[in-house]
Amino acid sequence: MLEIKNLSFNVNDESQEKEIIKDISLTIPDGKLFVITGPNGGGKSTLAKLIAGIEKPTSGQIFFNGTDITDASITERAEMGIGFAFQQPVRFKGLRVADLINLATGKQLTVSEICDYLSLVGLCAKEYIDREVNASLSGGELKRIEIATVLARKSLLTVFDEPEAGIDLWSFSNLIDVFQQQRKDMSNRSIMIISHQERILNIADEIIILKNGSIEKQGEKSCVFPELINTPSSIKGCRGIVKGADC
Amino acid sequence: MDFNLNLNSTQKSLLKEIADLSNIPDGAFNIRSNSQSVGRQSVKNIQIVSKTDVSGMDIFIKPDTKGESVHIPVIITESGIKEEVYNDFFVGDNADVEIVAGCGIDNCGNHNSQHDGIHRFYIGKNAHVRYVEKHYGSGEGKGKRILNPVTEVYMEENSSAEMEMVQIKGVDDTTRTTIAKLKDGAKLIVRERLMTHNNQNAVSIYDVALDGKNSSADIVSRAVASGNSYQKFEAKIVGNAPCKGHTECDSIIMDNGKILAVPALEANNVDASLVHEAAIGKIAGEQIIKLMTLGLTESQAEEQIINGFLR
Repeated sequence: MLEIKNLSFNVNDESQEKEIIKDISLTIPDGKLFVITGPNGGGKSTLAKLIAGIEKPTSGQIFFNGTDITDASITERAEMGIGFAFQQPVRFKGLRVADLINLATGKQLTVSEICDYLSLVGLCAKEYIDREVNASLSGGELKRIEIATVLARKSLLTVFDEPEAGIDLWSFSNLIDVFQQQRKDMSNRSIMIISHQERILNIADEIIILKNGSIEKQGEKSCVFPELINTPSSIKGCRGIVKGADC
Repeated sequence: MDFNLNLNSTQKSLLKEIADLSNIPDGAFNIRSNSQSVGRQSVKNIQIVSKTDVSGMDIFIKPDTKGESVHIPVIITESGIKEEVYNDFFVGDNADVEIVAGCGIDNCGNHNSQHDGIHRFYIGKNAHVRYVEKHYGSGEGKGKRILNPVTEVYMEENSSAEMEMVQIKGVDDTTRTTIAKLKDGAKLIVRERLMTHNNQNAVSIYDVALDGKNSSADIVSRAVASGNSYQKFEAKIVGNAPCKGHTECDSIIMDNGKILAVPALEANNVDASLVHEAAIGKIAGEQIIKLMTLGLTESQAEEQIINGFLR
């Protein structure tokens, strides 16, 4: 379970202090799939990076399964069971797809085990296992490899930052299936997905709308989702939604 | 099967490092240790003959020899040795062979140890050579480990050569010079990997002349300079005919490492197509962060990135 208490994150922008995350408190219990949505620039990716330890909060605390991880490093958080799938996957000259998956699991996997992870994201393993994770791969291929790598970690909490970005329609359908599969074994695990996609919002247990660094609304999908899709865009849909509205 | 060449454990470990040899290799070989040949074998199609005027060997590979190999590793474990060795390879027409060279120096003493190997390749028509050369140094002595390889490649019509040249660890000072001349349809591929640390110094020079029609060269160097080390990469491709040339220097600098990349192209024919690329920079922060999210520490992440880069 992840607990965020009064979390704030400020940056200095042209010598002005700018609040990116404003005093957010949030609990993500085990067994749940949370989707965070909201307008661009609302602080979603920053929140994800704060959870993974890539950014350090200005104030507030983060607890993971009861332990205060506010000052824990990225590595320590990963070892405790927090996984993070980048919105824009990183390229490596020389490191191969198999290397990344082996590093993710901490083991030397067999070819067939690596294939299992790549198949999850619709990649033909034979073609990719020895490929370098470099500019020769397309954005969509990199994204799928990123997701396979993160799934291979079997983290207790996995944060996906816009997993749909750069993925074609066919793969997107597979992606939904991947998340649905993950739900089958979620008793002590949870997933947090940052997304604008209706189909991803539709598989959420809970939806959080983050706007201007604050939680605009949080609730069960059945409550939040209809309000979002009844408007032309999720951005517009956020307007007028009262924080903590009872539905 | 172990070596029965009367080598000690340091010598065996050097051989393993530079030529991946833990047994006497199949096929032709010459193993040179502390300036003497300690084992040699010629085979029907590959004859190894000592030179009489200077130190070194002539290696004659008969035309049409296919799938055979030559191993000629050099190891130095005595401090203070300085040697200049000339090895000439005469590769017959239509042959297809692998040549594994390399030099390992273990210097535990206070005197410099130096091996300057001059390798000349005369590659016949339609022949193919795969050449692997690894350089390695070890030992705690104050004496430097110095290697100055010169590689000259003379390529006949439609011949091809793939050259993998590696120096990963322990060589204090090196000037690596590679000269190639290519006739019609000849193709040269070079993959160089170079890592320097501490106060090491490495200079890598390429001078490739694409003299023949439809000849091509692809020279790619990946380099890492850490500590207070210095590297200079100087690659020149000259297009004297309709040809294709590509040179690339991709480098990572760490600590106080310094790298100078000097790619040069000279086109003397309107149908010469020549490209150079050079990039130098530190390890991207996002690469380290990504691997840390997979549970690696910062230093483990750096190590993985460097190992992959220099693979």
